[in-house]
Amino acid sequence: MIPAAFEYYAPATVEEALQLLRELGPEAKLLAGGHSLLPMMKLRLSTPKALVDIGRIPDLRYIREEGNTLAIGATTTHWMIESSEVVRNRVPLLAEAAGRIGDVQVRNMGTIGGSLAHADPAADYPAAILALEAEIVAQGPRGKRSIPAAEFFKGLFTTALEPDELLVEVRIPVPVEKSGAAYLKFPHPASGFAVVGCAALLTLDGGRCQKARVAFTGVTEKAFRDRAVEDALTGKAPDEKTIASASQKAAEGVEPLSDIFASAEYRKHLAKVFARRALMAAASRAH
Amino acid sequence: MAVTRVFGARIKRREDPRLITGTATYTDDIVIPGMCYTVIVRSPYAHARIKRIDVERARKHPGVVAAFTGKDLEGKVNPIPCAWLIPGSDLKTPPHPALAVDRVRYVGEGVAVVVATSRHAAADAASLVEVEVEPLPAVVNQEKAMQPGAPQIHDGVPNNVAFHWKVSSGDVGRAFQEADVVIRQRMVNHRLIPNAMEPRSCVAAYNRGSGDLTIWMTSQNPHIHRVLLSGILGIPEHRLRIIAPEVGGGFGSKIPCYADEAVVAFCAMQTGHPVKWGEDRRENYLATAHGRDHIVDLEVAAKKDGTITAIRGTCYANLGAYLSTAAPGVPTILHGLMMCGPYTIPNIDYEVYGIFTNTTPVDAYRGAGRPEATYYVERLVDMVARKLNMDPVEVRRKNFIPKDKFPYTVATGITYDSGDYEASLETLLRIIDYPNFRKEQEKAWKEGRYLGIGFSTYVEICGLGPSQVAGAVGFQGALWESALVRVHPTGKVTVLTGASPHGQGEETTFAQIVSEELGIPIEDIEVLHGDTEMIPMGWGTYGSRTTAVGGAALFVACRRIVEKGKKLAAHLLEASEQDILFEGGRFFVKGAPDRAKTIQEVALQAYLAWNLPAGFEPALEATAFYDPPNFTYPFGAHACIVEVDPETGTVKIRRYVAVDDCGRVVNPLIVDGQVHGGLAQGIGQALYEYAYYDDFGQLLTGSMSDYAVPKASQLPPFETARTETPSPHHPLGLKGVGETGTIASTPAVANAVVDALQPLGIHHIDIPLTPPRVLAAIRQAQGR
Amino acid sequence: MRVPISVTVNGTVYHHEVEPRLLLVYYLREVLGLTGTHIGCDTSNCGACTVMMNGLAVKSCTVLAVQANGAEILTVEGLARDGQLHPIQEGFWEEHGLQCGYCTPGMMIAALQLLQRNPDPSEAEIRHALEGNLCRCTGYQHIVNAVRYAARKMKESGAMPVGGR
Repeated sequence: MIPAAFEYYAPATVEEALQLLRELGPEAKLLAGGHSLLPMMKLRLSTPKALVDIGRIPDLRYIREEGNTLAIGATTTHWMIESSEVVRNRVPLLAEAAGRIGDVQVRNMGTIGGSLAHADPAADYPAAILALEAEIVAQGPRGKRSIPAAEFFKGLFTTALEPDELLVEVRIPVPVEKSGAAYLKFPHPASGFAVVGCAALLTLDGGRCQKARVAFTGVTEKAFRDRAVEDALTGKAPDEKTIASASQKAAEGVEPLSDIFASAEYRKHLAKVFARRALMAAASRAH
Repeated sequence: MAVTRVFGARIKRREDPRLITGTATYTDDIVIPGMCYTVIVRSPYAHARIKRIDVERARKHPGVVAAFTGKDLEGKVNPIPCAWLIPGSDLKTPPHPALAVDRVRYVGEGVAVVVATSRHAAADAASLVEVEVEPLPAVVNQEKAMQPGAPQIHDGVPNNVAFHWKVSSGDVGRAFQEADVVIRQRMVNHRLIPNAMEPRSCVAAYNRGSGDLTIWMTSQNPHIHRVLLSGILGIPEHRLRIIAPEVGGGFGSKIPCYADEAVVAFCAMQTGHPVKWGEDRRENYLATAHGRDHIVDLEVAAKKDGTITAIRGTCYANLGAYLSTAAPGVPTILHGLMMCGPYTIPNIDYEVYGIFTNTTPVDAYRGAGRPEATYYVERLVDMVARKLNMDPVEVRRKNFIPKDKFPYTVATGITYDSGDYEASLETLLRIIDYPNFRKEQEKAWKEGRYLGIGFSTYVEICGLGPSQVAGAVGFQGALWESALVRVHPTGKVTVLTGASPHGQGEETTFAQIVSEELGIPIEDIEVLHGDTEMIPMGWGTYGSRTTAVGGAALFVACRRIVEKGKKLAAHLLEASEQDILFEGGRFFVKGAPDRAKTIQEVALQAYLAWNLPAGFEPALEATAFYDPPNFTYPFGAHACIVEVDPETGTVKIRRYVAVDDCGRVVNPLIVDGQVHGGLAQGIGQALYEYAYYDDFGQLLTGSMSDYAVPKASQLPPFETARTETPSPHHPLGLKGVGETGTIASTPAVANAVVDALQPLGIHHIDIPLTPPRVLAAIRQAQGR
Repeated sequence: MRVPISVTVNGTVYHHEVEPRLLLVYYLREVLGLTGTHIGCDTSNCGACTVMMNGLAVKSCTVLAVQANGAEILTVEGLARDGQLHPIQEGFWEEHGLQCGYCTPGMMIAALQLLQRNPDPSEAEIRHALEGNLCRCTGYQHIVNAVRYAARKMKESGAMPVGGR
């Protein structure tokens, strides 16, 4: 499979990249790790006239601790996140989600910015990003702006990014002490994408859930936070019974995806099962 | 010189050094000066009338050398033939043009081809070919295709029925009347996609001066391809050379003679350029033959004591849009005749409808008909056991053909050569500690965990096969095999085999056989295959026949070498030929072991020819064409232990134990490898793999992102063991082992899952046992 | 449009001008003639095209040659040193970790990455690490054995895994 011809630009800075985006217009696409874009181009489902390779911008690849926030550059790879001591210690949920993406080779090339901007409904990061209440920093001709994760995913392969904007950073508030989190996933047997992925984060206070965050990927056309489950846990002790009953509320009122592998009904059912399992794991880690 | 015994030894493979260093040459690695690249443009429609195909824009694209449509091929490229014309079945063989002319019948059918000087230009030009069609209604399900009013796919094939075949014996009606229990079950043995890791490809080079055409191609049987392509292209057979270089797996999918290679050869002949073609994986899913795809209504009759008295069934076999090379034989001869399994079932009535649909043609895929038969029979045996509240092991024992009854002719008329079914089952039970497992299972059930065991005691037909039988069942060829053994003047040996291994390791096992027979160190032996110019006519590698038939040919050729060597040794040692013995690479005089000549010395003298006995032809080589007197029938007993997650329907294999009996073993390491690979594919069918078409004939599982080829993490560690019951008619007692794992494992897994779910009263779930499907069965059983 | 690139492959520096759409795997196979790396699926599922790029196992059918500009690539052809097989190659040979051999080069590179990151992997860890590499012949058991063999061998000899030099 051969992609259609295109022009290639490798800017050295974010500013250059933005400049190129402006000049080349909507027929240009950003290339990060390429693991979402290139397969589409090889099938000629995507035929951009130009690629702007942001993979060579050194300033976009970093993991930094800034007080109680973890700042991750857009082209930081899944492997860097999965294996980073800082991430594993401070935001283990993100490392866990990163480690469940695709396979070793995909994690070596794929980037957090590329994955989030692509907004595949079955990608792993979105659930974690939502549960962690991360902020996504976009940079464009009008400067930088910060988009809360809950407002970032707009629909199938659609985000709040403007066409002339570049996702430059993901900012993750480090969960406070007595928090526990887990990302559990039911992978598609072939693609490895999430049929259902559930990220759960619990913060305890005196044995009760001071905060509960539950987010799903794979279930519907965009990742979402499930407030019904969260509300059913808030203020309660996360025991088996409470979690089981809260999990029953998962994915109610949403319209699940359906495909030849898993029906909407199956996805909805899995969402409840995985909510419970992820919450139980999160609760066991919250101390 | 002492020679280590190598037959039966765990020897690492001799083909590996080139494969692990990246220096092997697969077809797509071949580059010829002036070589062009081709892309075959394929129909995106499952069924349509072609109104117009315009290649003009493609022709004008920079770098394009030529572009052709089906019309350009008319009269120059003959239709693609079917080579298994099963008799007595009213078989219809509608024409299969190399490129569609007025109608397309499946998504992926070739409609045009472009030839360009670069890969990129060919791909770009292919996207410029304009195809205008009038879509026609499509039908993908074989039962629907038989219904009145279904779209008619070929002229002269009413109701899309390509054939109707039957096997019948005994008094089935009476057996059912007199049965204590009768079980009826519809089963589906779904469509699979072979997925050899190397997609198909070829390079064709035509010399206009000499008229010689050479095709390097991904072939399991180059000689068959030469015969068929010679007819398709109108090239005399002696002008056509087929070379199968390194071939990256086949599993049946590189047996058929496809349209694509003929089209590419045509391009080479027309343009004068060598041309290369290779399918990408998407094309592989659409244009390379699929496997299996049955719907079958089955009935089994049994007595209270577990004796199975009859099987009756009607099988609807989906053949796809055209008859692929061996397609009619797969669901009939290789399937229907195996419906007795390893059991003494005396009455059988089995009919098969072969049906055209708007899908990719279906042909042999690892096991080819036997996995389907084994799946049905082994599921039925378990159902009988359940109904009678008997242990499935006991029902199997009750019905096994006893070991002293071989050779044994089963109700379908074929004669099993040898077997000791009890022995393999006993070995298996010992390994799994069966009584203990049942205790563990009881405990698990009480805890709400669903643990199950599934057995599969199988027999299969392989070592294809006696040519007379091949002829009688309509195979348009023979099934003997050739071997040429050439002992060079320095005592080194070249072996040529007409089989065409592509991963099975015969470069090693054949060298082991020769080393054993001739007493020549294995390092001095080379095995060559896969080139019609160099290798005597042979029939290729499939049906677990390479060692079973090719190995026998090799044995015979070696014996001829020894016989000839004895004559010369007698002359050189001034002894009578009757007094010459041969052992460990030495010819010596009986009673005087010091009067000896090594085979190397004899070889040198045979070539020097300074001093030969009268009438003795120089040189030391022998060719054998071995036609086996019977098929071989490997067998065994497999067990699978699973745990089912009742919340998600996920099946986890906790243990898989395979006890196989493939007769004598040449190389246990390689036999284990063959079994493992087979297990992966059989387990793949049971749990993961399925090809799915929508009602418009679009393949929705058309990539490795959609079709689940099992990954390392999805398969359990395998435990293997063997019993050894030699084939009585094979000169080395061998049987063949290439397909046993696939044949046996699918029902073992399915039986295990149903066994695990016993407490829920579940009696059957159709494969593949994907989590959603298993969960649906669980929830239905729970009344939810 | 053609873009100049310079890539170090198995220790040799190459300079070429390539079309931006040229995939790394075609660069290796058809420009450099290193045909040991294979193409199996085109959708970055099968891993037959796996090579090391700057010490990271990548699927070269999903990397543009221009993305490899300035990179160090290790392919199967570079595994053996001075005629000495790499322990991973040895393992695959000793343990019958291959049949048709088509997936093997990519599989070995993936195994190398695993052993670089985890010199003593369990069976489950090996199976997990090889999820991005499909083999249709072996059923993986002998591949697992091969990787364990290589791990043992590398441990005994104290040899550091090569890669991405």
